[in-house]
Order: sequence, then structure tokens, then C-alpha cells
Amino acid sequence: MEYLFYSLAAVALISGALVVFQTHPLRSALWLIVNFFAVAGLYLLAHAEFIAAIQIIVYAGAIMVLFLFVIMLLNLRQPEEELARPRLGLKIAGITVAVLSAVLIGMGLAKVVLKPVTELPVGLGNTESVARLLFTDYLLPFEVTSVLLLVAIVGSVVLAKAKLR
Amino acid sequence: MVVPVNYYLGLSLALFTLGAIGVLIRRNILIILMCIEMMLNAVNLAFIGFADAFKAVDGQIFVFFVMTVAAAEVAVGLALVIAIYRNRATVYVDDLNILKW
Repeated sequence: MEYLFYSLAAVALISGALVVFQTHPLRSALWLIVNFFAVAGLYLLAHAEFIAAIQIIVYAGAIMVLFLFVIMLLNLRQPEEELARPRLGLKIAGITVAVLSAVLIGMGLAKVVLKPVTELPVGLGNTESVARLLFTDYLLPFEVTSVLLLVAIVGSVVLAKAKLR
Repeated sequence: MVVPVNYYLGLSLALFTLGAIGVLIRRNILIILMCIEMMLNAVNLAFIGFADAFKAVDGQIFVFFVMTVAAAEVAVGLALVIAIYRNRATVYVDDLNILKW
């Protein structure tokens, strides 16, 4: 179990680093799919089977296909243009800010005392328990989600339309 | 047998930092959007780790909502990228300096 976690974590971290440091966005997108699959495996390890399936279907399926379509649609010819303008100082500053904020969050998290529950209730993480909670306690947020998706659909259609006036 | 929640939190923090580094140092707007996705994924991982530690399904519900917001964000973001590319023929954020004067 631990070795499975370690190997999946290593895959997620390496593919995540490759997403950040690839020159062409197409390669970044492909490595991001690897990252999503590794994280889905970690969800499976944490008894979240439904979320793992949704992760693969929604993220690795729908969202990444959308990314790949847009990358192909834009037909980018000069992926090395970004490398021609290195701006090393800005990069070092960005990495420093990110790492320092991570240290800050980590110090905060390290102070949290966790008392994990040991006994497993029946059927945690399967679709039935998720659905029961989703359609009782979280019914209103679930319905608001549909409005959000409708707004996103209308917004993206309007934004990507040929003539804006 | 069970992986401790600290491991999940550490991995989530590392993935979040990677995404933040990508957002801060890259200038291709598509890669910045992908790095934002990676940061959202890191947060989801923390939610799932906590849900596993506390044996509560609520964390998984929140992951569900985060995924919905991520999907909406990607749809609108990529539509914006297309609109910007049509007007300015660029995907590099340092070419978009019209608000800077």
C-alpha cells in the first residue's frame, strides 16, 4: 500500500514538473493527462472510487480534450519564442515566491493536530454514499452547480463567437 | 495498511507548489491554465486525504464541486484565449500589456 502510494506520488510529481517545464503546450497537456491519472490512482488508494472515475472522465477526458482542441486550433508555430526571452530574474523571483508560500502553508499544516477516525463506516466512498449525501445535505449546491455550468456554456459561446460588438 | 493523511497533505502541497511555480514563471497562457488545473487538483487531493482520514464523504462532495468549477473555468478561460488570439494573435501574457500604462 505504501509503495503504491510512493510510486503514484513520484509519477504525479515528475509529470507535474514536466508540465511546468515543457516548451510546447501540447507536451504539457499530454504530461498533465499522466498527472491526472496518477492522482486518480491516489484517489483509489484513499477509498474514493467514484471521485477517481469522475477524475478520469471529466479531467483526463473532457477538460484535456478541450485543451488539446484549443492548442490545435490556435496552430502555434513558434514554441521557442518563450525561450528566446528568458528573464532569469523574474523566473527566480517566481520560484522563490512559490516555494516560500509553500513553506508558509506547510508550517501552518504542521501545527494542525489530526485525530483520524479508525473504524470504517459501511460503504464509504462508493457511489451510493456519495449520491445519498449529494441529494440530501448538498442538494442546493448541487442545483446551483447546474446554473454555474449553464453560465459557463453561455459565456464561452459568447466569448468565442466570431464578432464581438 | 492505510496511508497517513500527512502523506496526502505533503504531496498535495508539493503539487500545489509546482502549479504555483508554473503560473508564476510561464508566459504561455495555455500552460498557465494547465498549471491552475494542477493546483485545483492538488487541493482535491488534500480534500480526499482528509475525507479518508475522517471517514466522511463530505470531502468527496467538495471535490465534486471543485471539479465542476474547474470545468466551467476551463471552458470560459479557453474561450477567452481564443478571443485574445483572434484579436492580438498571441498567447503570451507579457504581450497583453494594454492595461499597463
